[in-house]
Amino acid sequence: MAAVKDFIKVSDSIWEIPATYKDGMQVPARIYATEKLLREMDDGVIDQVTNVATLPGILNYAYCMPDGHWGYGFPIGGVAAMDTRSGVISPGGIGFDINCGMRLVRTNLTLEEVQPHLRLLVDRLFERVPAGVGSSGFVKLSQGEFRRVVELGARWCIDNGYGWPEDLERTEEYGCIDGADSSKISTKSVERGYNQIGTLGSGNHYLEIQVVKPENVYDAELAGAFGITKPNQVVVMFHCGSRGFGHQVATEYLQLFLKVMEKKYGITILDRELACAPFNSQEGQDYFAAMKCAINMSFANRQVILHRIREVFSDVFHKGPEELGLHQIYDVAHNTAKLETHMVQGKEREVLVHRKGATRAFGPGNPELPQIYRKTGQPVILGGSMETGSYLLVGVASGAQTFFSTAHGSGRSMSRRQAKKKFQGKKLVHDMEQRGIYVRGVSYAGLAEEAGAAYKNIDDVVAATEQAGISKAVVRFIPIGNVKG
Amino acid sequence: MPYEYLDEIATADAAFKASGDTLEEMFIAACDATMNVMVGDLETIAHEQQRSISVSSDAIDMLLFELLQELIYYKDAEKLLLRVCRLSISRQDEAFILQADAHGEELNMHKHDLVVDVKAVTLHRFRVEQTPEGWEATVIVDI
Repeated sequence: MAAVKDFIKVSDSIWEIPATYKDGMQVPARIYATEKLLREMDDGVIDQVTNVATLPGILNYAYCMPDGHWGYGFPIGGVAAMDTRSGVISPGGIGFDINCGMRLVRTNLTLEEVQPHLRLLVDRLFERVPAGVGSSGFVKLSQGEFRRVVELGARWCIDNGYGWPEDLERTEEYGCIDGADSSKISTKSVERGYNQIGTLGSGNHYLEIQVVKPENVYDAELAGAFGITKPNQVVVMFHCGSRGFGHQVATEYLQLFLKVMEKKYGITILDRELACAPFNSQEGQDYFAAMKCAINMSFANRQVILHRIREVFSDVFHKGPEELGLHQIYDVAHNTAKLETHMVQGKEREVLVHRKGATRAFGPGNPELPQIYRKTGQPVILGGSMETGSYLLVGVASGAQTFFSTAHGSGRSMSRRQAKKKFQGKKLVHDMEQRGIYVRGVSYAGLAEEAGAAYKNIDDVVAATEQAGISKAVVRFIPIGNVKG
Repeated sequence: MPYEYLDEIATADAAFKASGDTLEEMFIAACDATMNVMVGDLETIAHEQQRSISVSSDAIDMLLFELLQELIYYKDAEKLLLRVCRLSISRQDEAFILQADAHGEELNMHKHDLVVDVKAVTLHRFRVEQTPEGWEATVIVDI
């Protein structure tokens, strides 16, 4: 457990570890959490966030969000902005599952309308959105075409009939990040990923049907701006990433960085998972361009899944997806590094922001946001466990303190092995059904690992982000149907 | 079983310790441990197809890292669940060279008790070391 005495209390929800805590720290570390969440954090978080603070070119602070727990290199929930001239890029600051993220889709249906069809809906989604170990998608691509997909992202999907043009502006980076260069990715990475477009994957990835209860609307005006207007309105939320492709890209560049980091660039690090290269070096730029391919692959993956969701709802309700109001609210990435313009020491400049298990949360007026959300601020989607619920938040002006970054979910508090010992998959499915949540999963053992009690309390996480002023709650969603990888 | 899973050190993922009298035996155990995270009963994997795997590295731990990555690669690229049956490690100048034969079959969700996908080997607490009893490795795989 973290010792609270190690921290300087900046406010009720911001805790600082000074740069004197560990040799080599360039900046202090800041953990965003209530005292309760801080006490529950594992020691790994403190060790890792202070390791991040030693990276060359880091600006202001090494941050950890309220849902933080230990990860590889950076903690999950880690945020670090790097100077583009003197700073580094690190795969450990992005995560293996590059552009793992969340997409939220609304419907104009209510709980009462969906309830009679819930089992059929979930069963159909389970069939049409493949999940689990070794699943393949329905989009059959050659390896050459896959290389085009990773350069074009969700745009490729729209051009090929898998979605609506409006989906793009409702996706971070408009569904296609500039500068993705497929000459920087290996054949092996392509072979791992080209048959996985349109698949959920496994682990904590899921697709959920959720409801907005009237008592869970915290800001009706903002909810309305995001299209949530009816009592008991039904939405669909899903969580997945760049599958085997993103992992292969991350692994290969991690190995390359380990070879050149010290010998060629004289950088020493405290953990091999923090392997990095100067952002401006050839290796750093190559990884940046390859990583962007994985960002785009993930946007394409979620776009194709959205297309499948529209098909399934249409089939089940015998109405077109337009008539059912199946509009995407937003798609956020929570494992990335991106060039963004921020104010640093009173000056506007471009910096490289690593977010690993952390979500970008631009406030109102940010020119990167599409017109529809320019006034509201950026929608932020936080996925909770399959039993408890999820949130829609929005970015706020005071988020500048964390380079406009906030939490990404609830974060685990119990290991997978512990969860599997404590919970039985079959019983869990039965109990959840009694409580009105219908679940389909590939594996009972896999389901047991995802039990709600294995996660932190998402309400606490959201409250901490609000208290600290890095995002604001709009609505809370309750799950009623779940497809689990 | 020449491997055991470790409960406490990997919150969101899976960790194991593999051991063997020789380096080769320990590497084979680590391969099975990785596969066993994904497939509940390894005995259900039939010997229908064979693959030869060669990897090399200038460090013994990274040699194991590369081998385990190969298994993950075959699982995604060819949907093959593989078990290593023969393995040899030799030295050539500064590098370790590994040659392995693996048997297995295409994954089938109706036949194999598929649990959770392994997507990468991590270097977090990754360790290969010689012990008085033989060799031991600690590995955390990303899920």
